[in-house]
This record gives sequence, C-alpha cells and structure tokens, in this order.
Amino acid sequence: MQIRRRQFIKNLVTASVSIALFTFSKISFGKWLLADFKHRSIEKTLQELFPDKVIKKSRKIKLKLPKTAENGNVVPITITSTIDNIESVYILSEKNPVPLVAKFTLDHSLEPYIGARFKMQETCDVIVIVKAGEEYFQARQKVKVTIGGCGG
Amino acid sequence: MASRSTIKIRSKRFPEHTLVRTLIAHSMETGKRKDKDSGELIPAHFIQTLSFKHNDKLLSECHMGFGISKNPFFSFKIKQANVGDKVTISWKDNLGFSDSKDHIIQ
Repeated sequence: MQIRRRQFIKNLVTASVSIALFTFSKISFGKWLLADFKHRSIEKTLQELFPDKVIKKSRKIKLKLPKTAENGNVVPITITSTIDNIESVYILSEKNPVPLVAKFTLDHSLEPYIGARFKMQETCDVIVIVKAGEEYFQARQKVKVTIGGCGG
Repeated sequence: MASRSTIKIRSKRFPEHTLVRTLIAHSMETGKRKDKDSGELIPAHFIQTLSFKHNDKLLSECHMGFGISKNPFFSFKIKQANVGDKVTISWKDNLGFSDSKDHIIQ
C-alpha cells in the first residue's frame, strides 16, 4: 500500500510537471529560452536551432567585421542585407562555449541593418543566419582573435 | 539599479533612414570570470532580452546570452521616422533587473 501510494504520487508529480512545462513553453513563445543559449558545440546548436532546415549561403548578407580582433571581449559587427522580408537574424560565433550570441527579430519598418558588439573566445568563423519567410540564408567570416574574451 | 538610467540613446536622421544607437551600462558577467582578490567566481549576470520600440510599436526584440560584450552597444535603422517620434529601449537581465528609456528624435 505504502509503495503504491508513493508510486501514485510520483506519477502525479511527473505528470503535473510535464503538463506545466508543456503549457509554459507554449505561453513563453517569444520569451528568452535557456535552451537556445546552452553550452554546446556549433554543430549541435545549428541542429537544434534549425532542425532539418537548409541554410543557403548568400552573398546578399554583408558582414562588417574586423579581420583581427585584438581584444576578443569587444568585437564590433555590422550586418546589412538586401534580402527581402527578413524576420530574424542570428549571430553565432563558432568556438564560443555558447555559440549563439544573439538573435534579433526585425520588423519590416526597420532597415535590414544591425550593429552590435560581442565576445569571441578564440579565432574562428562568425556565422550570421538570416530567416526570411520560410528560407534561411547564411554568411560567415573568419576573425582572428589575439586575446580571448570569454572567461579567464 | 541606480537612479541614473543605464541606457543612452542617440539618433541621427538621414534622408533615407534614421540611425538609432544605444549604449547600455551593464557588466554582462559570463559566470566564468574570477574575482582578482578573493579568487571566487563572479556569478553570471547578463541581459537576456532587449526590446526596441518606435512610437510604442515593437520593431525589434533581441535575445542574447553572455556572448554580448560588457556595456552592450546596438544600432538600428528605422526606414521612416519624423522629428518628435519616440523610441524606447528596454532591457531585462537574468537576475530580474530591468530598465527602460525613451528618446525623442530631433
């Protein structure tokens, strides 16, 4: 009897937690998600952020990045693009512990332009992914980092 | 947060667009840095969301991790903006602090 009751409570707790998680994740669409900013490799990040999506290389995305960043703590980036109907822009740094640096949603009354400053752990590619409608485009550029900017 | 705003906003009107730049005073701690004196880890403290509004219409929402630099800087270009229009920048961090500031385009 004791064990049965325990099992029942266990089931109840699991069920309610999963229901809570399910509803929470539905409501929190648009909220900051820890799952997006997990420590993991770039391959896994891309896989989880863009499951089964084809990300085409595009010359319509222009990145303004330094060739060499002396200080990995502050790497300036400017993104401009001539792609129509851009919905969101992702900035990723390949070898950062958390590869996803930031994601932006862009309204159509904004120019396709973003300026920001971010941190880089070491020399690697910076990848910018743009979502326009149901299509994904990417551009990448290598940045040489003299002093790493994550942790330390 | 201190009574002084953490947000600075500058705007400049050009014939084709209006450039809005913002600088936020925030430490953006990664949680991996050590205190020089005590040798203890400084807990992570970073902005998670930033929103950019033009006349109360949400134009951009940015989700970020601690990969964004200390004292974050962002810039946006609005296609059409007039003198007297209001832009609002607000942020919220992982410890629940937040700030918001209005700016009138000159």
